[in-house]
Amino acid sequence: MSLVADAAQFLTDPASWSGPSGIPQRLLEHVGYSALTMVIALAVAVPLGLWVGHTRRGGGVVVGLAGALRALPTLGLLTLFTLLMGLGLLPPILALVLLAVPPILSGTYSGIAAVSPALVDAARSMGMTERQVLTRVEIPVALPVILGGIRNAALQVLATVTIVAYINLGGLGRYLIDGLAVRDYARMLGSVVLVAVLALAADAVLALVQRLVTSPGLATAGDRP
Amino acid sequence: MNWLTNNWHTVLDLAGAHLVQSVLPVVLGLLVSVPLARLAAGSRWLRPLLVTGSSLLYTIPSLTLFVVLPLVLGTRMTSVVNVIVALTLYVVAILVRSCVDAFESLDRDVLQAATAMGYRPARRFFGVELPLAVPVMVAGLRVATVSNISMVSVGAVIGIQSLGTLFTDGLRRSIVAEILVGIVATVLIAVVLDQLLRLLGQVLTRWQRPGTGAREAGGRRRRDTRGPGRTAGGARDATGALAAVESGGARA
Repeated sequence: MSLVADAAQFLTDPASWSGPSGIPQRLLEHVGYSALTMVIALAVAVPLGLWVGHTRRGGGVVVGLAGALRALPTLGLLTLFTLLMGLGLLPPILALVLLAVPPILSGTYSGIAAVSPALVDAARSMGMTERQVLTRVEIPVALPVILGGIRNAALQVLATVTIVAYINLGGLGRYLIDGLAVRDYARMLGSVVLVAVLALAADAVLALVQRLVTSPGLATAGDRP
Repeated sequence: MNWLTNNWHTVLDLAGAHLVQSVLPVVLGLLVSVPLARLAAGSRWLRPLLVTGSSLLYTIPSLTLFVVLPLVLGTRMTSVVNVIVALTLYVVAILVRSCVDAFESLDRDVLQAATAMGYRPARRFFGVELPLAVPVMVAGLRVATVSNISMVSVGAVIGIQSLGTLFTDGLRRSIVAEILVGIVATVLIAVVLDQLLRLLGQVLTRWQRPGTGAREAGGRRRRDTRGPGRTAGGARDATGALAAVESGGARA
């Protein structure tokens, strides 16, 4: 159990908390890569999911695409893109975006497609334009499901950003890879514990957001977020 | 392709290791989840405990478990046992939830009919409850299997052998073909296992005709009653209830 004590010492040592390789800096990099990935993935997947869900055209293609992307191993894409494009931020972000797109896309699509057709027809017959139907009826009703997909994607990205350290970038995975190189198990342990704490914290925040933005009209219908 | 012809033996070995690390957890996870879910279904204290516990567990990154487990199990860090235990935990986290939902939403009339026909609890479980929960379980198993197959390769980062080793080795030696072979092999395994599970689900639930999706189950029921079905009437009536479970499960 002295390994645990060593890991705890690494995590509490003031030296670990300062400088360009300190925990705050690595945490910032980790969250930064994740945020950049999520922004790009959201910009791609949400509009596509909304469009397919609203028009109900190409639903099968979207489900198939999301399934196929899900089977792709992120480590394989990361190493492939790095070999083809060289070191830098582009290869890992591209690989991570491909990881984040499927859950967001299928969440958005299935959320919108599951909105009751009666509700949509009622909105249309009240004279709403297609845009109004989408923004005032379909999106609010589907929001818990859409956010569920986004939450899922964010967690996968936060967990997977750990491996970008493998191609000489920063993030909390840096301690894991560096610790592995010098057989410093305590540092590796500290690194993965930090990632887990970050994931749990992010999940709690996203769960709270999900609850806050859910329309009160949906909360009574026996929903399970 | 030159690389593959020279190294197909290594690729086969690694694919074998990859299969063991991804499939064994699915089998073990299924064996743990079904009894656990049956106990938790309807239980006032076990159900919330399991549901919260499994979603917390699922939040913990796989690399964290790969590194922490040697400490708990006393294994070497490059041991495949760590991956198998970690992924078994994830499979349980996925399956327990959907199985609890499946058991809880079984049609009460069907269960009462089985009891009235003289089925004792054990026989009712294996003969009625379990078969009716198969579609939900297969859906959960497919998700767990595909995600396992892509998670196994991450172990290569800390030196655990799998098809992921082709990625780390290919990067180190700058061989694009090696990485491509790894990606194609991983996707191939995922697709084949996914289709095998789909077929297994169809074979185990013959009262739902092959190709009859959950959505169509309600509409086709009438035609089914005329068909030469060997199953009890109650099981057929439950198809509609199951369609509801399945669509609910997909959303959760």
